[in-house]
Amino acid sequence: MAALAGGLAYVAHRFGSVLHYRWDWGSLGGALLHWSVAHHAWRAGLLLEGLEATLRLALWSSVLTFLLGFGFALCRISRSLYWRLLGGLYVGFVRNMPLLVFLFLFYFFLSSQILPLLGLDRLGHGAGPAARFWLGLLFGPPRELSAFVTGVFCLALFEGAYVAEILRAGLQAVPRGQWEAALGLGLGRRETLWRVILPQALRASLPALAGQVILLIKASSVASLISIPELTYMANEVSSSNDHVFETWTAAAALYFVVCFGAASLFARWERARGTALAAGPRA
Amino acid sequence: MSGRGGESAPDPTAPAIAFERVSKWFGAHAALRGVSLAVAPGERVVVCGPSGSGKSTLIRCVNRLEAHDEGRILVEGIEVDDDPRRVRAIRREVGMVFQSFNLFPHLSVLENCILAPMRVRGMARAEAEELAMSYLARVRIPEQAEKLPHALSGGQQQRVAIARALCMRPRIMLFDEPTSALDPEMIKEVLDVIGELAETGMTMVCVTHEMGFARRLADRMVFMDAGEIVEAGPPERLFRAPEAPRLRDFLAQILRD
Ligand SMILES: Nc1ncnc2c1ncn2[C@@H]1O[C@H](COP(=O)(O)OP(=O)(O)O)[C@@H](O)[C@H]1O
Ligand SMILES: [Mg+2]
Repeated sequence: MAALAGGLAYVAHRFGSVLHYRWDWGSLGGALLHWSVAHHAWRAGLLLEGLEATLRLALWSSVLTFLLGFGFALCRISRSLYWRLLGGLYVGFVRNMPLLVFLFLFYFFLSSQILPLLGLDRLGHGAGPAARFWLGLLFGPPRELSAFVTGVFCLALFEGAYVAEILRAGLQAVPRGQWEAALGLGLGRRETLWRVILPQALRASLPALAGQVILLIKASSVASLISIPELTYMANEVSSSNDHVFETWTAAAALYFVVCFGAASLFARWERARGTALAAGPRA
Repeated sequence: MSGRGGESAPDPTAPAIAFERVSKWFGAHAALRGVSLAVAPGERVVVCGPSGSGKSTLIRCVNRLEAHDEGRILVEGIEVDDDPRRVRAIRREVGMVFQSFNLFPHLSVLENCILAPMRVRGMARAEAEELAMSYLARVRIPEQAEKLPHALSGGQQQRVAIARALCMRPRIMLFDEPTSALDPEMIKEVLDVIGELAETGMTMVCVTHEMGFARRLADRMVFMDAGEIVEAGPPERLFRAPEAPRLRDFLAQILRD
């Protein structure tokens, strides 16, 4: 303990004395909120805009991650060799590659070739103002849509492999007797999976899934490298224009922390709510 | 009438269950070796035999929790084979109770009971709940309907499992050592429930080591060893005058303790 405290004190001392850094939090003001004379209202600064994009990115890629993860988990436990191989290939491919490399591969080879053909950037042109507002809120500005879609798919495809493994393990951990009891009552495989096996698997997997969502939120910062103006990208912009590197990145870290901590608390609450209803689980 | 392969409607005049020279292997190990057995409608058969003799495998082949490798199995004239339609038709009519209860831990007692009537029989919730409550009353635990399974004792859980199976109104019930996982003081409450069920004329096949129960309840007792039916007959006769040496050894061992 003493050594730790000493170490911390030393680091603090270095920060203070060697750098002679003069913290200037005022320099951040405009990057968080600023008063817009034109609109006569408070507007989000670059960092908060980045946060909004990060939340958007995290939300959609979480949704897609779970769909992909669930789908590939089912592949992995399928009775058909074909589906098992497909699931195994996907998980094996993704898990043995760094996220950043995966992102660039995905971005340069796939999305720069395919997405423009879909004409995503023209989407919403014909829409009315209300529709545009909602599209903007949910998916960001139309002109950034194709980068955004690339980011969402890439993160989801990457994280989906981990979620698939978590769910596969959860599904396989449900005792065989549960399948047998449900099938023996005349339920089909799909109904058994949906109503008997999956709820138990989800309950067991919840802590691991929560961890994966938090990893996903943090991993979304790589999207800055394909020019999605999310929090990390914006922090980079702000810090290079205001020359207050420490303040800017500390603020970005605090914002990430709040989002991740919030997500973790939500999951913890959900887990507790189910936990009190179910206590320890089956006895026999 | 013997069932034709394509038949998928039950024939009430056929034997409830017919095994015709059924064999089953797990790898190189034969769990069943050419077993033949016909169970008449309304008959109560008790299966006994040493551990590993194939008793569970025998009854699990009836509703295809295990697939047999050779021979034929007919349930009310419907052949048990790979056809999923026929398998489900059979599973609707055949209830099963396991040694380890296998209640669904995330569902309340009542929800355990109404799941299959609603999803398989297409019953409305209200109707299914009424049915479930009547069976829970029959196994004497209606007051536990809203609880989750783990809040119940082993004996209560097994009685819920019986009620859950009965809610599908099966014509045949299979029991695989229903009291083997229970503490001694709970065995009787479960056996009493099964005994009452036997009096309703339900076709029953019960694997058990409870010899007193077998004697009182069974029309026929089947002794298995090493995947074969070694001897079968009225329980009184098997207890009084066992012919096969293996049965004599088994009875000597089991009646001693
Ligand atoms: N799923 C399985 N895989 C491999 N062997 C099995 C399996 N189920 C049962 N067996 C073997 O088949 C034989 C019969 O088992 P079982 O029918 O469970 O016997 P019993 O119920 O009479 O104790 C045993 O030797 C057992 O080890
Ligand atoms: Mg057994």
